[in-house]
Amino acid sequence: MIEGRTGSWETVIGLEVHAQMISKAKLFSGAATDFGAEPNTQVSPVDAAFPGMLPVINRHCVEQAVKTGLGLDAEINLTSVFDRKNYFYPDLPAGYQISQYQQPVVGRGRVSLDMPGGGRREIGITRLHLEQDAGKSLHDQHPSLTYVDLNRAGVGLMEIVSEPDLRSAEEAGIYLRKLRSILRYLGTCDGNMEEGSLRCDCNVSVRRPGEPYGMRCEIKNLNSIRYVIQAIDYEARRQVDILEEGGRVEQQTRLFDAERGITRPMRSKEEAHDYRYFPDPDLLPLLLDPEWVARLRGVLPELPDDKKARLTVAYGLSADDAGVLVAEKETALFFERAAQGRDAKAAANWVMGDLFGALNRLGVGIDGSPVSADQLGALIDLIGDGTISGRLAKEVFAEMVTTGADASAIVEAKGLRQVTDSGAIEAAIDAVLTAQADKVGEYRAGRDKLYGFFVGQVMRATQGKANPALVNELLQKKLAG
Amino acid sequence: MSDGALLALTLAEAREGLGRKQFSAREFAAAYNDAVEAAKPLNAYITPTPERALAMADAADERLARGEALPLDGIPIAVKDLFCTRGILTTAGSHILDGFLPPYESTVTERLWQAGAVMLGKANLDEFAMGSSSTTSWYGPVENPWRRPGDNRPLVPGGSSGGSAAAVAARAALAAIGTDTGGSIRQPASFCGIVGLKPTYGRCSRWGVVAYASSLDHPGPMGRTVRDVAVMLQAMAGHDIRDSTSARVPVPNFEAALTGDIRGMRIGIPKEYRVDGMPKEIEALWQQGVDWLRAAGAKPVEISLPMTRYALPAYYIIAPAEASSNLARYDGVRFGLRVEGESLEEMYELTRGAGFGAEVRRRVLIGTYALSAGYYDAYYLKAQQVRTLIARDFETAFGRVNCILTPTAPSAAFVIGEKTDDPIAMYLNDVFTVPANLAGLPAASVPAGLSSDGLPLGLQITGRAFDEETVLRVAGVLESAAQFRHLPSFVAEGRR
Repeated sequence: MIEGRTGSWETVIGLEVHAQMISKAKLFSGAATDFGAEPNTQVSPVDAAFPGMLPVINRHCVEQAVKTGLGLDAEINLTSVFDRKNYFYPDLPAGYQISQYQQPVVGRGRVSLDMPGGGRREIGITRLHLEQDAGKSLHDQHPSLTYVDLNRAGVGLMEIVSEPDLRSAEEAGIYLRKLRSILRYLGTCDGNMEEGSLRCDCNVSVRRPGEPYGMRCEIKNLNSIRYVIQAIDYEARRQVDILEEGGRVEQQTRLFDAERGITRPMRSKEEAHDYRYFPDPDLLPLLLDPEWVARLRGVLPELPDDKKARLTVAYGLSADDAGVLVAEKETALFFERAAQGRDAKAAANWVMGDLFGALNRLGVGIDGSPVSADQLGALIDLIGDGTISGRLAKEVFAEMVTTGADASAIVEAKGLRQVTDSGAIEAAIDAVLTAQADKVGEYRAGRDKLYGFFVGQVMRATQGKANPALVNELLQKKLAG
Repeated sequence: MSDGALLALTLAEAREGLGRKQFSAREFAAAYNDAVEAAKPLNAYITPTPERALAMADAADERLARGEALPLDGIPIAVKDLFCTRGILTTAGSHILDGFLPPYESTVTERLWQAGAVMLGKANLDEFAMGSSSTTSWYGPVENPWRRPGDNRPLVPGGSSGGSAAAVAARAALAAIGTDTGGSIRQPASFCGIVGLKPTYGRCSRWGVVAYASSLDHPGPMGRTVRDVAVMLQAMAGHDIRDSTSARVPVPNFEAALTGDIRGMRIGIPKEYRVDGMPKEIEALWQQGVDWLRAAGAKPVEISLPMTRYALPAYYIIAPAEASSNLARYDGVRFGLRVEGESLEEMYELTRGAGFGAEVRRRVLIGTYALSAGYYDAYYLKAQQVRTLIARDFETAFGRVNCILTPTAPSAAFVIGEKTDDPIAMYLNDVFTVPANLAGLPAASVPAGLSSDGLPLGLQITGRAFDEETVLRVAGVLESAAQFRHLPSFVAEGRR
């Protein structure tokens, strides 16, 4: 809710996400799709729309779209149609984009969100359709000319359209993270927003709670979740201000100016393109074999929601912890490998605590972790079998992060093996108690608080290697004297 | 053999002569190169390729010498300049494709070269295949090698494959390939007194053919005899994975279908094809065709194709709609003509304004309008519904008959410039040919007689989808019965 001068307003948001499919070849040509190649080196005559060239659908891309549809719990349309969306622009070589208009390959589905305060929200998916990406116009290469790079022209996109079910910028952010997580689990989109693999158009309107939808504006082409949140917050506030001044919100397409944190108009409804959609006569309707779809359904990987449920049951994790661990597929895999046959809660704490901290400092993802899951598991084993104490384990872990060495090697090299010889510990205790005779007197006179001091002295005397349980047991005996 | 005798051979005869080493492919190609040069006044070719022809002929001679002859070895053909040919100027008859050298070869031409055919050059055509007269080309109008006796005015060869038809009729090509979107192979075949076949949609790949209206464009062969056309089609046909609309169906032996036996066959005669204003002589020729087929043992059956009257209007919505989108790529950015402007929009406008001729601009405008928001349902969608009904008409008819006999065109060739100012009169040329495009059915035009003013007239056989065999067989019977031996004045009077 937005609190305005005249009362509360509800923001209504629907997102159109353009997700670039993971595919070696383009949607309708065999040209490569690698990011960052030299301009115009990944362009076939089909992509450049040379005369007489014809599109041929890439079967793998259809498979990716159907998998994604299944992952969104959506209807798969066994018949879908490719349409031409006609408009002129130099980075659109054919003068039309091949897309799906009235009959998309995927119909209604849903995404379930875990809300920060607990609880779930279900967001409806309207559709998912296949379409080609355009090339890139480069306006910064020459003072008066525009350059065109067609490497991206024809790359396969999935446009995933949500229902207007989102109610705040934060919710939109949660939705996008969840969607990205699902796509990554499925292996259908790498979700890399910096490289443009995931881009988002936001439809935003505001209304009084319970009233019909207000007039919406569309904010185009946002390429980070942070921008999505900023843009929606700004846009909703802008609309509330207009309405509270007694004005009317005009239907518009707007752009987000990231530097100034504002949205500004790109074109109004009157200037909207007439795309003259019609079925592409170069392509036959896309017909899917129901058995093929069923096979894809059968081999669908475990998705975040299912994985989270399983982790809470199988490992006894809290819902929050499980939620953190499954957000990225790689993290969940790492955790499960490290936790296998061990204290799972300890493994979860290590991953979410020391490991995440180290990765953050290093600025790498879990794929770039200097400590492997097996290495972390071995460290946990050393704690479990009493070889090292939990406190020393943190030092060992820090050393592992720096050197990449195994925990056992570090323990051996540094002589960190825990002392469990009660004779040695007794000797250390005796030395401490002798040196601190005054304090012993005070303790025995009733200053119980000094107990911790004695433990600390003993641990220091043993360089932290003394087994804490043994220290406790022997120290109490001696003090009781 | 003399050049004149070489040029008089049919494809089938030339194949035999080459096989028996009566003459070499090089001699043959040289004779045709000379004929192409001599036929220059007809403007049938945009780009002759005489050196390429000789090189291809030499390669054919080597294979012939080794006894490894290919089906079309040494056969010199004209290629409508709508087929992309690697490294050879490809214009579509348009200024906007100035200097365009395709880096690829169309599937159909590739297959013809693989079969040993020899390329004489790129044939003139209506700009982007839009027209029925071959007068809209940036490279000037094509002249029909026929003239009315005692009348020196040049006639149109029909269109849009008018250069291909004129070249074959003038003996400046042994055979040719064209494309047929609304009659563009059959109508010029009729006007020039040759055989033209539009195969079933999907029979010949459209890959590498400059698109006019994708759902209606059909590459096909043109030749002097039905057999010649069958041999050409054999090399051209077949599935192509690069064209999603090309059909995965077996390719039969088309020449073997020419048995001459049509006994017991039922020939549909659609009553709705007696259109207003059709010359009596065309109706008479049609009746003559019916009689010939009956005499050969077939049974004429009156059928009804009631939706035919809507075919032309539907065609002139669908074809321009697809064209308006297909031609959007000619924007001056990547190839062909560019006229610089102050802004991007101005560059587009100047380039397309200068690059496209009047007929192309007209169809782009019509098509853009038909697809516009608010008009789509009334025009494009309605036209597609009509198209479905027309196809259904044919299906119903083919439940009773094996093929359908009609005239090819409602008139003989007309004088260049005669109908140019009246697009509607021009569009009426396609009234008998358009239905087969809308339904994707195979149809052939066979020269069947002369008009009262001495010009060739064709009859059209339309068949079931992928039944080119029946079309060719019946066409062959008509050809035998008609004994059309007339020569165009350009050949008969030795004007070249």
